Amino acid sequence: MAVWAWVIIGIVVVLLFYFVFIFNGLVRLRNQVKNAWAQIDVQLKRRHDLIPNLVQTVQGYMQYERATLEAVTKARNVAQQAVGQGVGAQAKAEGELSGALTRLLAVVERYPDLKANQNFLALQEQLTSTENKISFSRQFYNDSVLNYNNKTQMFPSNIVAGMTGFKQGEFFEVKEAEEREVPKVSFEQPKT
Amino acid sequence: MVAALGILLLLIGYGLGLAFGNGIVGLVIALVIWAIMNLIAYFQGDSILLSMSRAIKISPDDHPRLYNVVEEMKIASGLPKMPDVYIIDDPALNAFATGRDPNKASVAITSGLLEKLNRDELEGVIGHEVSHIKNRDVLLMAICSVLLGTIVILAWYGSRALIFSGGGSRRSSKGGGQGQLIILAVAIILMILAPIIAQLIYFAISRKREYLADASSALYTRYPDGLASALEKLGASTGQLKSANQATAPMYIVNPFRKQGRAAADLTSTHPPISERIRILHAMAGGASYADYDKAYQQVHKGGAGVMPAAALAGAGAVGLRAAAPEATLKEPEPSRVERTREVGDLLWQKSGYKIIDCECGTRLKVPSNIGRATVKCPHCGRTHNI
Repeated sequence: MAVWAWVIIGIVVVLLFYFVFIFNGLVRLRNQVKNAWAQIDVQLKRRHDLIPNLVQTVQGYMQYERATLEAVTKARNVAQQAVGQGVGAQAKAEGELSGALTRLLAVVERYPDLKANQNFLALQEQLTSTENKISFSRQFYNDSVLNYNNKTQMFPSNIVAGMTGFKQGEFFEVKEAEEREVPKVSFEQPKT
Repeated sequence: MVAALGILLLLIGYGLGLAFGNGIVGLVIALVIWAIMNLIAYFQGDSILLSMSRAIKISPDDHPRLYNVVEEMKIASGLPKMPDVYIIDDPALNAFATGRDPNKASVAITSGLLEKLNRDELEGVIGHEVSHIKNRDVLLMAICSVLLGTIVILAWYGSRALIFSGGGSRRSSKGGGQGQLIILAVAIILMILAPIIAQLIYFAISRKREYLADASSALYTRYPDGLASALEKLGASTGQLKSANQATAPMYIVNPFRKQGRAAADLTSTHPPISERIRILHAMAGGASYADYDKAYQQVHKGGAGVMPAAALAGAGAVGLRAAAPEATLKEPEPSRVERTREVGDLLWQKSGYKIIDCECGTRLKVPSNIGRATVKCPHCGRTHNI
């Protein structure tokens, strides 16, 4: 065969390899997005599991804060049930739980005995850490989605993405209105 | 730059070979030596480093705060597996990361540093170390140091051999005596210069990766001021880390030898000067991405080329900074310096085999394992305790 025929075959082979290379990259990024999403759920569940312990530790010291404690327990149950009911419902329930926790921890400030309790301190460290982990896994999920979207939109990988059906990812934006509310802490003296 | 080191190695191998008659053979021998040294470093690197620093591995219950911070950074950076966490019993302030593979990595921090940092600063430091693992810096620096070592060995033996053999002229050489002499001269010059050039390149690579690690830490935490504040504390301390040496220096967060009369802009330093790193981090007002770090770097250096590798800048989106204080309502009442010191001290006592007994008067008794008695008296209140 003539030389130019071999050259064309060579170019086609190289293009094929490149196509496969990009395809694999897209698969890897999409799986990373899915994995990151699952990680968020893991951290949320961890928070659910911490709360009964927290309520029990705090109960003994805070006899006059029944309402706040009950609110936290209720919010936690709602959030647990919202697992698997879609992103919107879950995000809303988790936002409310965050709000309830925030109010509880603001109230704890008034109880120095409680604040010095070893168990409570350990629990608080776990809670703070879990909150951080939730936000970091959300952050990582969004970063993964960003990378994936970049790959699907930028040239030349957008051609491959279009041909093989890779769709855009969604960013996880939670409107936690509850969290942004300033918690109303009343300074009435508890009736002895 | 790593390519430059590699080329240097190949050049020396070839040059040596030429001087002895066959260039290609020299090249092959150089590559073989390099491969063997790589294998040794690859398989033994971690354990050697950790045992040299007398690091103690901790479990999640030993020090929840440190373990949690490492876990948070693992999530933020996307590491596949949680690294092992070690504490080094040393008052000097430093931390390092090791691990040829993100799946099998370790992070170590000195007890001195652990006592001094608050949570944000600790996050910044651990973020920096974790990014060394994530960006495979450990592997990269190990390869480079092996390259460097091989170059030095070849140069040393090569020059000895050349000097003592009187420039072995072989009867099978093609050119006349002139050609031989020139090749010999070039080979000797290469022998002398190559180790020096290789060292300089090695240090330049190390510094560049340090900038990348600082930028990555800012990206993961979204809070560059945390790392900046930690670096300020590090910069103010002068304690010398007992177990560091030249070979392991690049892996630490700050140069363990910074007080030994090394000038700030020293070309032979494995780390950029701390004050510069702090200034760059503080200048990152626009965002926390790699592009923002690059901009801050150029701002501090008043123009000039950036320092981030192209791969990191490609596709970097806009990344917002997080607010100065973490959600104030969920912030733990930061354990005080005294409490932190006590916490770390108790952990180290425990790990050294001491038994810890709490007396009712509030004293914590630390009893060595070889005490030989069954009971011990509290020095403050006199109560007897069974061991």
